[in-house]
Amino acid sequence: MTALLELEDVEARYGPVHVLHGISLAVAEGSVVTVLGPNGAGKTTTLRAVSGTVRRSGSIRFAGRSLQRVGPDGAARLGIAHVPEGRGTFSELTVSENLRLGAYTRRGSIQPELERVFSYFPFLSERRRQQAGTLSGGEQQMLALARAFVLRPRLLLLDEPSLGLAPVLVAELFRIVRELNEKEGLTVLVVEQNAHLALQAADAGYVLEAGRVVLSGSSAELRADDSIRRSYLGY
Amino acid sequence: MASAESSAIAGLRRRGALDAGTATVWLVLLGAAIFLLIGCLRSTAFAGYTIQGLALGSVYGSLALALVLVYRATHVINFAQGELAMLTTYIAYQLMQWGLSYWVAFAATLAIAFALGTLLQVTLIRPVQHRSVIAVVIVTVGLFILIDGIVNWIWGADFKVLQSPFGFASFDVGGVAIPHKDVWVIGVVLVSVLLVWGLFRFTKVGLGMRAAALRPAAAALVGVRVDSMLAIGWGLAAVLGAVAGLMAEPFQFSLSPTFMQPILVYAFAAAVLGGLESPAGALVGGLAIGVTLTLIVGYVPQIGAELQTPFAFAVLLLVLLVKPTGLFGRREVRRV
Repeated sequence: MTALLELEDVEARYGPVHVLHGISLAVAEGSVVTVLGPNGAGKTTTLRAVSGTVRRSGSIRFAGRSLQRVGPDGAARLGIAHVPEGRGTFSELTVSENLRLGAYTRRGSIQPELERVFSYFPFLSERRRQQAGTLSGGEQQMLALARAFVLRPRLLLLDEPSLGLAPVLVAELFRIVRELNEKEGLTVLVVEQNAHLALQAADAGYVLEAGRVVLSGSSAELRADDSIRRSYLGY
Repeated sequence: MASAESSAIAGLRRRGALDAGTATVWLVLLGAAIFLLIGCLRSTAFAGYTIQGLALGSVYGSLALALVLVYRATHVINFAQGELAMLTTYIAYQLMQWGLSYWVAFAATLAIAFALGTLLQVTLIRPVQHRSVIAVVIVTVGLFILIDGIVNWIWGADFKVLQSPFGFASFDVGGVAIPHKDVWVIGVVLVSVLLVWGLFRFTKVGLGMRAAALRPAAAALVGVRVDSMLAIGWGLAAVLGAVAGLMAEPFQFSLSPTFMQPILVYAFAAAVLGGLESPAGALVGGLAIGVTLTLIVGYVPQIGAELQTPFAFAVLLLVLLVKPTGLFGRREVRRV
Protein backbone atom coordinates (compact mmCIF):
# COMPACT_ATOMS: atom_id res chain seq x y z
CA MET A 1 0.00 0.00 0.00
CA THR A 2 1.67 3.19 -1.15
CA ALA A 3 0.67 6.56 0.16
CA LEU A 4 -0.68 8.97 -2.47
CA LEU A 5 -0.64 11.81 0.02
CA GLU A 6 1.72 12.14 2.94
CA LEU A 7 1.83 14.95 5.50
CA GLU A 8 4.72 15.12 7.91
CA ASP A 9 4.88 17.58 10.74
CA VAL A 10 2.75 20.16 8.92
CA GLU A 11 2.18 23.48 10.66
CA ALA A 12 -0.11 26.30 9.54
CA ARG A 13 -1.23 29.63 10.89
CA TYR A 14 -3.65 32.43 10.04
CA GLY A 15 -1.69 35.55 10.89
CA PRO A 16 -0.69 35.15 14.54
CA VAL A 17 -3.09 32.26 15.17
CA HIS A 18 -1.32 28.92 15.15
CA VAL A 19 -3.82 26.32 13.91
CA LEU A 20 -1.85 23.21 13.00
CA HIS A 21 0.91 22.10 15.40
CA GLY A 22 2.64 19.41 13.39
CA ILE A 23 0.14 17.15 11.66
CA SER A 24 1.31 13.86 10.17
CA LEU A 25 -1.02 11.66 8.17
CA ALA A 26 -1.03 9.39 5.13
CA VAL A 27 -3.70 8.60 2.57
CA ALA A 28 -3.21 5.37 0.63
CA GLU A 29 -3.98 5.37 -3.08
CA GLY A 30 -7.53 4.16 -3.68
CA SER A 31 -8.69 4.62 -0.10
CA VAL A 32 -11.18 6.84 1.69
CA VAL A 33 -9.71 8.53 4.76
CA THR A 34 -11.65 10.72 7.16
CA VAL A 35 -10.50 13.45 9.51
CA LEU A 36 -12.61 13.83 12.65
CA GLY A 37 -12.46 16.21 15.55
CA PRO A 38 -14.26 19.05 17.34
CA ASN A 39 -14.74 22.53 15.91
CA GLY A 40 -11.50 24.46 15.71
CA ALA A 41 -9.33 21.34 15.77
CA GLY A 42 -7.79 22.24 12.41
CA LYS A 43 -9.66 19.83 10.14
CA THR A 44 -10.48 22.39 7.46
CA THR A 45 -7.00 23.88 7.73
CA THR A 46 -5.49 20.45 7.09
CA LEU A 47 -7.31 20.29 3.74
CA ARG A 48 -6.32 23.89 3.00
CA ALA A 49 -2.71 23.05 3.70
CA VAL A 50 -2.86 20.27 1.10
CA SER A 51 -4.44 22.46 -1.62
CA GLY A 52 -2.17 25.39 -0.80
CA THR A 53 -4.90 27.83 0.24
CA VAL A 54 -3.14 28.53 3.52
CA ARG A 55 0.52 29.17 4.31
CA ARG A 56 2.10 26.09 5.76
CA SER A 57 5.44 24.54 6.64
CA GLY A 58 6.53 20.94 6.99
CA SER A 59 6.50 18.29 4.32
CA ILE A 60 3.50 17.58 2.10
CA ARG A 61 4.11 14.99 -0.59
CA PHE A 62 1.59 14.09 -3.28
CA ALA A 63 2.41 11.14 -5.56
CA GLY A 64 6.04 11.45 -4.50
CA ARG A 65 6.18 15.16 -5.27
CA SER A 66 6.57 17.98 -2.77
CA LEU A 67 3.66 20.43 -2.68
CA GLN A 68 5.69 22.99 -0.73
CA ARG A 69 5.69 25.61 -3.49
CA VAL A 70 2.37 24.70 -5.06
CA GLY A 71 -0.61 27.07 -4.79
CA PRO A 72 -4.30 26.21 -5.22
CA ASP A 73 -4.34 26.45 -9.01
CA GLY A 74 -1.17 24.37 -9.20
CA ALA A 75 -2.71 21.74 -6.93
CA ALA A 76 -5.73 21.52 -9.24
CA ARG A 77 -3.35 21.04 -12.17
CA LEU A 78 -1.68 18.14 -10.35
CA GLY A 79 -5.05 16.43 -9.94
CA ILE A 80 -6.17 17.51 -6.48
CA ALA A 81 -9.84 18.55 -6.38
CA HIS A 82 -10.78 20.47 -3.26
CA VAL A 83 -14.47 20.95 -2.48
CA PRO A 84 -14.25 23.65 0.20
CA GLU A 85 -16.58 24.48 3.06
CA GLY A 86 -19.62 26.17 1.57
CA ARG A 87 -19.06 24.07 -1.56
CA GLY A 88 -17.37 26.69 -3.72
CA THR A 89 -20.30 26.69 -6.12
CA PHE A 90 -20.48 29.60 -8.54
CA SER A 91 -24.11 30.36 -7.81
CA GLU A 92 -24.38 33.05 -10.50
CA LEU A 93 -23.23 30.63 -13.23
CA THR A 94 -25.24 27.79 -14.75
CA VAL A 95 -24.87 24.15 -13.76
CA SER A 96 -23.14 23.42 -17.05
CA GLU A 97 -20.70 26.33 -16.59
CA ASN A 98 -19.88 25.06 -13.09
CA LEU A 99 -19.08 21.65 -14.52
CA ARG A 100 -16.94 23.17 -17.29
CA LEU A 101 -15.03 25.06 -14.60
CA GLY A 102 -14.40 21.78 -12.80
CA ALA A 103 -12.56 20.59 -15.89
CA TYR A 104 -10.84 23.95 -16.38
CA THR A 105 -7.32 22.53 -16.27
CA ARG A 106 -8.10 19.70 -18.68
CA ARG A 107 -7.52 19.96 -22.41
CA GLY A 108 -9.78 18.58 -25.10
CA SER A 109 -13.36 17.35 -24.87
CA ILE A 110 -14.85 16.64 -21.47
CA GLN A 111 -17.97 15.01 -22.94
CA PRO A 112 -17.10 11.52 -21.58
CA GLU A 113 -16.62 12.96 -18.07
CA LEU A 114 -19.89 14.89 -18.33
CA GLU A 115 -21.78 11.75 -19.33
CA ARG A 116 -20.19 9.84 -16.50
CA VAL A 117 -21.14 12.56 -14.04
CA PHE A 118 -24.71 12.64 -15.34
CA SER A 119 -24.96 8.88 -14.81
CA TYR A 120 -24.19 9.44 -11.12
CA PHE A 121 -26.25 12.64 -10.81
CA PRO A 122 -29.08 12.41 -13.39
CA PHE A 123 -30.83 15.56 -12.12
CA LEU A 124 -27.83 17.68 -13.18
CA SER A 125 -28.39 16.77 -16.81
CA GLU A 126 -31.95 18.16 -16.74
CA ARG A 127 -30.77 21.36 -15.08
CA ARG A 128 -27.72 22.13 -17.18
CA ARG A 129 -28.98 25.62 -18.03
CA GLN A 130 -30.28 26.49 -14.59
CA GLN A 131 -28.42 28.97 -12.38
CA ALA A 132 -26.53 26.96 -9.77
CA GLY A 133 -27.71 29.34 -7.02
CA THR A 134 -31.30 28.22 -7.58
CA LEU A 135 -30.50 24.60 -6.70
CA SER A 136 -31.33 23.34 -3.22
CA GLY A 137 -28.56 22.84 -0.67
CA GLY A 138 -28.41 19.11 -1.31
CA GLU A 139 -28.33 19.57 -5.07
CA GLN A 140 -25.56 22.15 -4.72
CA GLN A 141 -23.50 19.67 -2.69
CA MET A 142 -24.03 17.05 -5.42
CA LEU A 143 -23.02 19.64 -8.01
CA ALA A 144 -19.86 20.41 -6.04
CA LEU A 145 -19.01 16.72 -6.00
CA ALA A 146 -19.75 16.43 -9.72
CA ARG A 147 -17.64 19.51 -10.46
CA ALA A 148 -14.73 17.99 -8.57
CA PHE A 149 -15.17 14.71 -10.39
CA VAL A 150 -15.01 16.09 -13.97
CA LEU A 151 -11.42 17.06 -13.23
CA ARG A 152 -10.76 13.28 -13.06
CA PRO A 153 -8.76 14.01 -9.90
CA ARG A 154 -6.34 11.60 -8.29
CA LEU A 155 -7.29 12.97 -4.90
CA LEU A 156 -10.57 14.46 -3.74
CA LEU A 157 -10.59 16.73 -0.68
CA LEU A 158 -14.10 17.03 0.77
CA ASP A 159 -14.81 19.54 3.53
CA GLU A 160 -17.87 18.80 5.69
CA PRO A 161 -20.13 17.64 2.87
CA SER A 162 -22.97 16.99 5.35
CA LEU A 163 -23.15 20.60 6.56
CA GLY A 164 -26.72 21.86 6.40
CA LEU A 165 -28.09 18.79 4.62
CA ALA A 166 -31.00 16.54 5.61
CA PRO A 167 -29.85 13.14 6.98
CA VAL A 168 -31.33 11.32 3.98
CA LEU A 169 -29.20 13.42 1.62
CA VAL A 170 -26.07 12.97 3.70
CA ALA A 171 -26.45 9.18 3.47
CA GLU A 172 -27.00 9.46 -0.29
CA LEU A 173 -23.93 11.65 -0.63
CA PHE A 174 -21.68 9.24 1.24
CA ARG A 175 -23.08 6.35 -0.79
CA ILE A 176 -22.01 8.17 -3.98
CA VAL A 177 -18.57 9.00 -2.57
CA ARG A 178 -18.10 5.32 -1.70
CA GLU A 179 -19.30 4.33 -5.19
CA LEU A 180 -16.87 6.75 -6.85
CA ASN A 181 -14.13 5.26 -4.73
CA GLU A 182 -14.99 1.65 -5.54
CA LYS A 183 -15.85 2.00 -9.23
CA GLU A 184 -13.52 4.80 -10.29
CA GLY A 185 -10.69 4.23 -7.86
CA LEU A 186 -10.97 7.78 -6.53
CA THR A 187 -8.88 8.53 -3.45
CA VAL A 188 -10.75 10.68 -0.93
CA LEU A 189 -9.77 12.67 2.14
CA VAL A 190 -12.95 13.81 3.86
CA VAL A 191 -13.41 16.10 6.85
CA GLU A 192 -16.65 15.40 8.66
CA GLN A 193 -18.66 16.21 11.78
CA ASN A 194 -20.89 13.21 11.36
CA ALA A 195 -18.41 10.63 12.64
CA HIS A 196 -20.85 7.78 12.40
CA LEU A 197 -21.39 8.11 8.65
CA ALA A 198 -17.81 9.09 7.96
CA LEU A 199 -16.42 6.01 9.66
CA GLN A 200 -18.88 3.84 7.77
CA ALA A 201 -17.69 5.19 4.45
CA ALA A 202 -13.99 5.47 5.25
CA ASP A 203 -11.25 2.86 5.40
CA ALA A 204 -9.24 4.76 7.97
CA GLY A 205 -9.47 7.88 10.06
CA TYR A 206 -7.54 10.47 12.04
CA VAL A 207 -8.82 12.37 15.05
CA LEU A 208 -7.57 15.91 15.52
CA GLU A 209 -7.68 17.99 18.65
CA ALA A 210 -6.24 21.50 18.94
CA GLY A 211 -4.12 21.12 15.82
CA ARG A 212 -2.62 17.74 16.65
CA VAL A 213 -3.41 14.15 15.69
CA VAL A 214 -4.54 12.46 18.91
CA LEU A 215 -5.69 9.17 17.49
CA SER A 216 -5.55 7.27 14.22
CA GLY A 217 -6.38 3.85 12.87
CA SER A 218 -8.62 1.86 10.62
CA SER A 219 -12.33 2.67 10.73
CA ALA A 220 -13.04 -0.52 12.61
CA GLU A 221 -10.43 0.30 15.23
CA LEU A 222 -11.76 3.81 15.66
CA ARG A 223 -15.33 2.62 15.92
CA ALA A 224 -14.29 0.24 18.68
CA ASP A 225 -12.37 2.88 20.62
CA ASP A 226 -14.14 3.91 23.81
CA SER A 227 -13.19 7.57 23.76
CA ILE A 228 -14.33 7.92 20.13
CA ARG A 229 -17.60 6.22 20.95
CA ARG A 230 -18.27 8.57 23.80
CA SER A 231 -17.14 11.81 22.15
CA TYR A 232 -18.22 11.39 18.54
CA LEU A 233 -20.59 8.48 18.15
CA GLY A 234 -22.67 9.08 21.25
CA TYR A 235 -23.29 5.54 22.54
CA MET B 1 -34.41 13.05 -4.41
CA ALA B 2 -37.02 14.09 -1.87
CA SER B 3 -36.35 17.80 -1.91
CA ALA B 4 -36.04 18.12 -5.68
CA GLU B 5 -39.66 19.07 -6.21
CA SER B 6 -39.94 21.61 -3.42
CA SER B 7 -36.65 23.19 -4.43
CA ALA B 8 -37.86 23.50 -8.03
CA ILE B 9 -40.90 25.37 -6.78
CA ALA B 10 -38.75 27.57 -4.60
CA GLY B 11 -36.57 28.26 -7.64
CA LEU B 12 -39.57 29.32 -9.69
CA ARG B 13 -40.76 31.59 -6.91
CA ARG B 14 -37.38 33.21 -6.68
CA ARG B 15 -37.44 33.83 -10.39
CA GLY B 16 -40.96 35.20 -10.11
CA ALA B 17 -39.80 37.69 -7.52
CA LEU B 18 -36.91 38.66 -9.76
CA ASP B 19 -39.29 39.19 -12.66
CA ALA B 20 -41.55 41.45 -10.61
CA GLY B 21 -38.54 43.64 -9.81
CA THR B 22 -37.20 43.86 -13.37
CA ALA B 23 -40.62 44.13 -15.03
CA THR B 24 -40.88 47.79 -14.02
CA VAL B 25 -37.45 48.47 -15.49
CA TRP B 26 -38.40 46.86 -18.80
CA LEU B 27 -41.68 48.82 -18.87
CA VAL B 28 -39.78 52.09 -18.34
CA LEU B 29 -37.33 51.19 -21.11
CA LEU B 30 -40.16 50.18 -23.43
CA GLY B 31 -41.94 53.45 -22.68
CA ALA B 32 -38.78 55.41 -23.44
CA ALA B 33 -38.31 53.52 -26.72
CA ILE B 34 -41.92 54.24 -27.79
CA PHE B 35 -41.51 57.91 -26.85
CA LEU B 36 -38.34 58.15 -28.96
CA LEU B 37 -39.94 56.32 -31.89
CA ILE B 38 -43.02 58.58 -31.94
CA GLY B 39 -40.81 61.64 -31.58
CA CYS B 40 -38.62 60.51 -34.50
CA LEU B 41 -41.66 59.92 -36.72
CA ARG B 42 -43.16 63.33 -35.96
CA SER B 43 -40.09 65.54 -36.18
CA THR B 44 -36.96 65.27 -38.30
CA ALA B 45 -35.04 67.45 -35.83
CA PHE B 46 -35.99 65.08 -32.99
CA ALA B 47 -34.86 62.11 -35.12
CA GLY B 48 -31.53 63.80 -35.80
CA TYR B 49 -30.93 64.47 -32.11
CA THR B 50 -31.90 60.90 -31.22
CA ILE B 51 -29.46 59.37 -33.70
CA GLN B 52 -26.64 61.61 -32.60
CA GLY B 53 -27.56 60.78 -28.99
CA LEU B 54 -27.36 57.07 -29.74
CA ALA B 55 -23.93 57.51 -31.34
CA LEU B 56 -22.59 59.54 -28.39
CA GLY B 57 -24.34 57.17 -26.02
CA SER B 58 -22.61 54.15 -27.51
CA VAL B 59 -19.28 55.88 -26.83
CA TYR B 60 -20.31 56.49 -23.19
CA GLY B 61 -21.59 52.91 -23.01
CA SER B 62 -18.30 51.51 -24.26
CA LEU B 63 -16.30 53.39 -21.63
CA ALA B 64 -18.92 52.50 -19.00
CA LEU B 65 -18.49 48.84 -19.96
CA ALA B 66 -14.75 49.19 -19.38
CA LEU B 67 -15.49 50.56 -15.89
CA VAL B 68 -17.90 47.68 -15.22
CA LEU B 69 -15.36 45.04 -16.30
CA VAL B 70 -12.79 46.38 -13.85
CA TYR B 71 -15.40 46.86 -11.13
CA ARG B 72 -16.68 43.30 -11.43
CA ALA B 73 -13.16 41.90 -11.22
CA THR B 74 -11.76 44.06 -8.43
CA HIS B 75 -14.73 45.96 -6.93
CA VAL B 76 -12.92 49.18 -7.62
CA ILE B 77 -13.70 52.04 -9.99
CA ASN B 78 -10.73 52.75 -12.24
CA PHE B 79 -10.59 56.54 -12.20
CA ALA B 80 -7.86 56.45 -14.84
CA GLN B 81 -10.03 54.60 -17.39
CA GLY B 82 -10.82 57.81 -19.29
CA GLU B 83 -7.23 59.04 -19.30
CA LEU B 84 -6.06 55.63 -20.45
CA ALA B 85 -8.50 55.96 -23.37
CA MET B 86 -7.12 59.45 -24.05
CA LEU B 87 -3.56 58.10 -24.08
CA THR B 88 -4.42 55.32 -26.52
CA THR B 89 -6.14 57.84 -28.80
CA TYR B 90 -2.88 59.86 -28.83
CA ILE B 91 -1.05 56.65 -29.68
CA ALA B 92 -3.40 56.17 -32.65
CA TYR B 93 -2.71 59.79 -33.65
CA GLN B 94 1.05 59.16 -33.48
CA LEU B 95 0.79 55.96 -35.53
CA MET B 96 -1.11 57.87 -38.20
CA GLN B 97 1.50 60.63 -38.11
CA TRP B 98 4.03 57.93 -38.92
CA GLY B 99 2.00 57.05 -42.00
CA LEU B 100 -0.27 54.20 -41.00
CA SER B 101 -3.79 54.26 -42.43
CA TYR B 102 -6.70 54.81 -40.04
CA TRP B 103 -7.86 51.22 -39.72
CA VAL B 104 -4.35 49.80 -39.40
CA ALA B 105 -3.63 52.36 -36.68
CA PHE B 106 -7.00 51.49 -35.11
CA ALA B 107 -6.15 47.77 -34.90
CA ALA B 108 -2.60 48.44 -33.69
CA THR B 109 -3.94 50.81 -31.02
CA LEU B 110 -6.32 48.18 -29.68
CA ALA B 111 -3.45 45.70 -29.43
CA ILE B 112 -1.28 48.28 -27.66
CA ALA B 113 -4.18 49.14 -25.33
CA PHE B 114 -4.53 45.49 -24.37
CA ALA B 115 -0.83 45.19 -23.60
CA LEU B 116 -0.86 48.47 -21.69
CA GLY B 117 -3.91 47.56 -19.58
CA THR B 118 -2.42 44.18 -18.70
CA LEU B 119 0.95 45.73 -17.87
CA LEU B 120 -0.60 48.39 -15.62
CA GLN B 121 -2.56 45.77 -13.70
CA VAL B 122 0.55 43.64 -13.14
CA THR B 123 2.93 46.46 -12.22
CA LEU B 124 0.73 48.97 -10.36
CA ILE B 125 -2.49 47.31 -9.22
CA ARG B 126 -1.36 43.81 -8.27
CA PRO B 127 1.06 44.94 -5.55
CA VAL B 128 -1.67 46.86 -3.68
CA GLN B 129 -4.66 44.74 -4.67
CA HIS B 130 -4.86 42.76 -1.44
CA ARG B 131 -4.21 45.72 0.85
CA SER B 132 -7.42 47.71 0.63
CA VAL B 133 -9.93 49.14 -1.80
CA ILE B 134 -8.76 52.65 -0.93
CA ALA B 135 -5.17 51.79 -1.84
CA VAL B 136 -6.25 50.61 -5.30
CA VAL B 137 -8.44 53.70 -5.81
CA ILE B 138 -5.53 55.96 -4.89
CA VAL B 139 -3.30 54.14 -7.35
CA THR B 140 -5.87 54.70 -10.13
CA VAL B 141 -6.11 58.40 -9.23
CA GLY B 142 -2.31 58.58 -9.34
CA LEU B 143 -2.39 56.86 -12.71
CA PHE B 144 -4.85 59.52 -13.92
CA ILE B 145 -2.36 62.26 -13.02
CA LEU B 146 0.61 60.31 -14.37
CA ILE B 147 -0.97 59.69 -17.78
CA ASP B 148 -2.07 63.32 -17.98
CA GLY B 149 1.50 64.43 -17.32
CA ILE B 150 3.04 62.02 -19.80
CA VAL B 151 0.69 63.02 -22.62
CA ASN B 152 1.28 66.73 -22.01
CA TRP B 153 5.02 66.07 -21.94
CA ILE B 154 5.13 64.07 -25.19
CA TRP B 155 2.46 65.72 -27.32
CA GLY B 156 1.85 69.08 -25.62
CA ALA B 157 -1.47 70.58 -24.58
CA ASP B 158 -2.42 72.04 -27.97
CA PHE B 159 -5.14 70.52 -30.15
CA LYS B 160 -4.30 67.71 -32.55
CA VAL B 161 -6.45 66.50 -35.39
CA LEU B 162 -7.02 62.84 -36.05
CA GLN B 163 -8.01 62.16 -39.67
CA SER B 164 -11.17 60.14 -39.14
CA PRO B 165 -12.33 58.27 -42.26
CA PHE B 166 -16.03 58.81 -41.60
CA GLY B 167 -16.30 62.13 -43.47
CA PHE B 168 -19.09 64.66 -43.18
CA ALA B 169 -21.59 63.15 -45.62
CA SER B 170 -25.02 62.00 -44.52
CA PHE B 171 -27.59 59.41 -45.48
CA ASP B 172 -31.03 60.78 -46.16
CA VAL B 173 -33.73 58.64 -44.59
CA GLY B 174 -37.22 60.11 -45.06
CA GLY B 175 -35.94 63.67 -44.75
CA VAL B 176 -33.75 62.91 -41.74
CA ALA B 177 -30.05 63.49 -42.32
CA ILE B 178 -28.10 60.72 -40.67
CA PRO B 179 -24.35 61.43 -40.70
CA HIS B 180 -22.17 58.52 -41.85
CA LYS B 181 -20.08 59.22 -38.78
CA ASP B 182 -22.93 58.36 -36.38
CA VAL B 183 -23.65 55.08 -38.14
CA TRP B 184 -19.95 54.12 -38.15
CA VAL B 185 -19.52 54.95 -34.47
CA ILE B 186 -22.58 52.95 -33.42
CA GLY B 187 -21.46 50.05 -35.63
CA VAL B 188 -17.85 49.96 -34.39
CA VAL B 189 -18.90 50.11 -30.74
CA LEU B 190 -21.54 47.41 -31.21
CA VAL B 191 -19.09 45.07 -32.95
CA SER B 192 -16.45 45.55 -30.23
CA VAL B 193 -18.97 45.02 -27.46
CA LEU B 194 -20.33 41.89 -29.14
CA LEU B 195 -16.81 40.49 -29.52
CA VAL B 196 -16.02 41.08 -25.86
CA TRP B 197 -19.38 39.60 -24.85
CA GLY B 198 -18.72 36.52 -26.99
CA LEU B 199 -15.31 36.12 -25.43
CA PHE B 200 -16.82 36.09 -21.94
CA ARG B 201 -19.78 33.93 -22.88
CA PHE B 202 -18.31 31.26 -25.13
CA THR B 203 -14.61 30.80 -24.44
CA LYS B 204 -12.78 28.99 -21.71
CA VAL B 205 -10.74 32.07 -20.83
CA GLY B 206 -14.01 34.01 -20.59
CA LEU B 207 -15.45 31.42 -18.22
CA GLY B 208 -12.27 31.56 -16.13
CA MET B 209 -12.48 35.35 -16.01
CA ARG B 210 -16.07 35.30 -14.86
CA ALA B 211 -15.26 32.69 -12.20
CA ALA B 212 -12.24 34.68 -11.02
CA ALA B 213 -14.36 37.83 -10.72
CA LEU B 214 -17.23 36.10 -8.91
CA ARG B 215 -15.31 33.97 -6.40
CA PRO B 216 -11.52 34.21 -6.64
CA ALA B 217 -10.78 31.60 -3.95
CA ALA B 218 -13.11 28.99 -5.44
CA ALA B 219 -11.82 29.76 -8.94
CA ALA B 220 -8.24 29.10 -7.83
CA LEU B 221 -9.33 25.74 -6.40
CA VAL B 222 -10.53 24.56 -9.82
CA GLY B 223 -7.23 25.65 -11.36
CA VAL B 224 -8.02 29.15 -12.68
CA ARG B 225 -4.99 31.45 -12.50
CA VAL B 226 -6.85 34.29 -10.86
CA ASP B 227 -4.08 36.91 -11.14
CA SER B 228 -3.70 36.35 -14.89
CA MET B 229 -7.46 36.61 -15.33
CA LEU B 230 -7.55 39.99 -13.56
CA ALA B 231 -4.71 41.23 -15.77
CA ILE B 232 -6.54 40.10 -18.92
CA GLY B 233 -9.66 41.84 -17.59
CA TRP B 234 -7.74 45.12 -17.30
CA GLY B 235 -6.43 44.58 -20.83
CA LEU B 236 -9.93 44.10 -22.24
CA ALA B 237 -11.20 47.15 -20.34
CA ALA B 238 -8.38 49.20 -21.87
CA VAL B 239 -9.37 47.92 -25.34
CA LEU B 240 -12.99 49.02 -24.82
CA GLY B 241 -11.71 52.35 -23.52
CA ALA B 242 -9.53 52.72 -26.61
CA VAL B 243 -12.57 52.13 -28.82
CA ALA B 244 -14.46 54.78 -26.81
CA GLY B 245 -11.57 57.25 -27.19
CA LEU B 246 -11.20 56.71 -30.93
CA MET B 247 -14.95 56.97 -31.46
CA ALA B 248 -15.32 60.02 -29.21
CA GLU B 249 -12.71 61.99 -31.15
CA PRO B 250 -14.85 62.61 -34.28
CA PHE B 251 -17.48 64.34 -32.10
CA GLN B 252 -14.89 66.68 -30.61
CA PHE B 253 -13.19 67.29 -33.96
CA SER B 254 -9.90 67.49 -32.14
CA LEU B 255 -7.69 65.81 -29.62
CA SER B 256 -6.55 67.42 -26.38
CA PRO B 257 -5.28 65.95 -23.11
CA THR B 258 -8.59 66.71 -21.39
CA PHE B 259 -10.94 65.45 -24.07
CA MET B 260 -11.98 62.25 -22.25
CA GLN B 261 -12.70 63.87 -18.89
CA PRO B 262 -16.34 64.85 -19.45
CA ILE B 263 -16.90 61.52 -21.18
CA LEU B 264 -15.61 59.69 -18.10
CA VAL B 265 -18.25 61.50 -16.05
CA TYR B 266 -20.98 60.40 -18.48
CA ALA B 267 -19.59 56.87 -18.39
CA PHE B 268 -19.69 56.90 -14.56
CA ALA B 269 -23.32 58.00 -14.71
CA ALA B 270 -24.06 55.33 -17.32
CA ALA B 271 -22.38 52.57 -15.31
CA VAL B 272 -24.19 53.54 -12.10
CA LEU B 273 -27.48 53.86 -13.97
CA GLY B 274 -26.98 50.37 -15.36
CA GLY B 275 -26.17 48.91 -11.96
CA LEU B 276 -22.33 48.86 -11.93
CA GLU B 277 -22.24 45.05 -12.02
CA SER B 278 -24.15 44.69 -15.27
CA PRO B 279 -22.45 44.89 -18.69
CA ALA B 280 -25.79 45.18 -20.49
CA GLY B 281 -26.81 47.84 -17.98
CA ALA B 282 -23.69 49.89 -18.75
CA LEU B 283 -24.52 49.88 -22.45
CA VAL B 284 -28.20 50.72 -21.96
CA GLY B 285 -27.19 53.37 -19.40
CA GLY B 286 -24.75 54.88 -21.89
CA LEU B 287 -27.37 55.08 -24.64
CA ALA B 288 -29.93 56.57 -22.21
CA ILE B 289 -27.51 59.27 -21.03
CA GLY B 290 -26.39 60.03 -24.59
CA VAL B 291 -29.90 60.43 -25.98
CA THR B 292 -31.19 62.38 -22.97
CA LEU B 293 -28.25 64.80 -23.02
CA THR B 294 -28.49 65.40 -26.77
CA LEU B 295 -32.25 66.04 -26.61
CA ILE B 296 -31.87 68.45 -23.69
CA VAL B 297 -29.06 70.35 -25.38
CA GLY B 298 -31.10 70.39 -28.61
CA TYR B 299 -34.39 71.59 -27.18
CA VAL B 300 -33.33 73.63 -24.16
CA PRO B 301 -30.32 75.54 -25.49
CA GLN B 302 -30.39 77.77 -22.38
CA ILE B 303 -29.11 74.80 -20.39
CA GLY B 304 -26.87 74.12 -23.32
CA ALA B 305 -23.54 72.50 -23.44
CA GLU B 306 -22.27 74.08 -20.23
CA LEU B 307 -24.61 72.23 -17.88
CA GLN B 308 -24.26 68.79 -19.48
CA THR B 309 -21.72 67.51 -17.00
CA PRO B 310 -23.65 68.68 -13.91
CA PHE B 311 -26.68 66.99 -15.44
CA ALA B 312 -24.78 63.71 -15.61
CA PHE B 313 -23.88 64.15 -11.95
CA ALA B 314 -27.54 64.78 -11.15
CA VAL B 315 -28.43 61.47 -12.80
CA LEU B 316 -25.71 59.74 -10.79
CA LEU B 317 -26.99 61.20 -7.53
CA LEU B 318 -30.61 60.42 -8.35
CA VAL B 319 -29.84 56.77 -9.12
CA LEU B 320 -27.82 56.37 -5.94
CA LEU B 321 -30.65 57.91 -3.89
CA VAL B 322 -33.66 56.26 -5.52
CA LYS B 323 -32.42 52.90 -6.84
CA PRO B 324 -28.83 52.21 -5.79
CA THR B 325 -28.81 48.91 -7.68
CA GLY B 326 -29.46 50.74 -10.96
CA LEU B 327 -31.53 49.36 -13.81
CA PHE B 328 -30.02 45.89 -14.01
CA GLY B 329 -28.04 45.58 -10.80
CA ARG B 330 -28.98 42.90 -8.35
CA ARG B 331 -28.69 42.96 -4.65
CA GLU B 332 -26.48 40.09 -3.61
CA VAL B 333 -28.64 37.16 -2.70
CA ARG B 334 -26.82 33.99 -1.90
CA ARG B 335 -28.15 30.71 -0.74
CA VAL B 336 -26.08 29.27 2.08
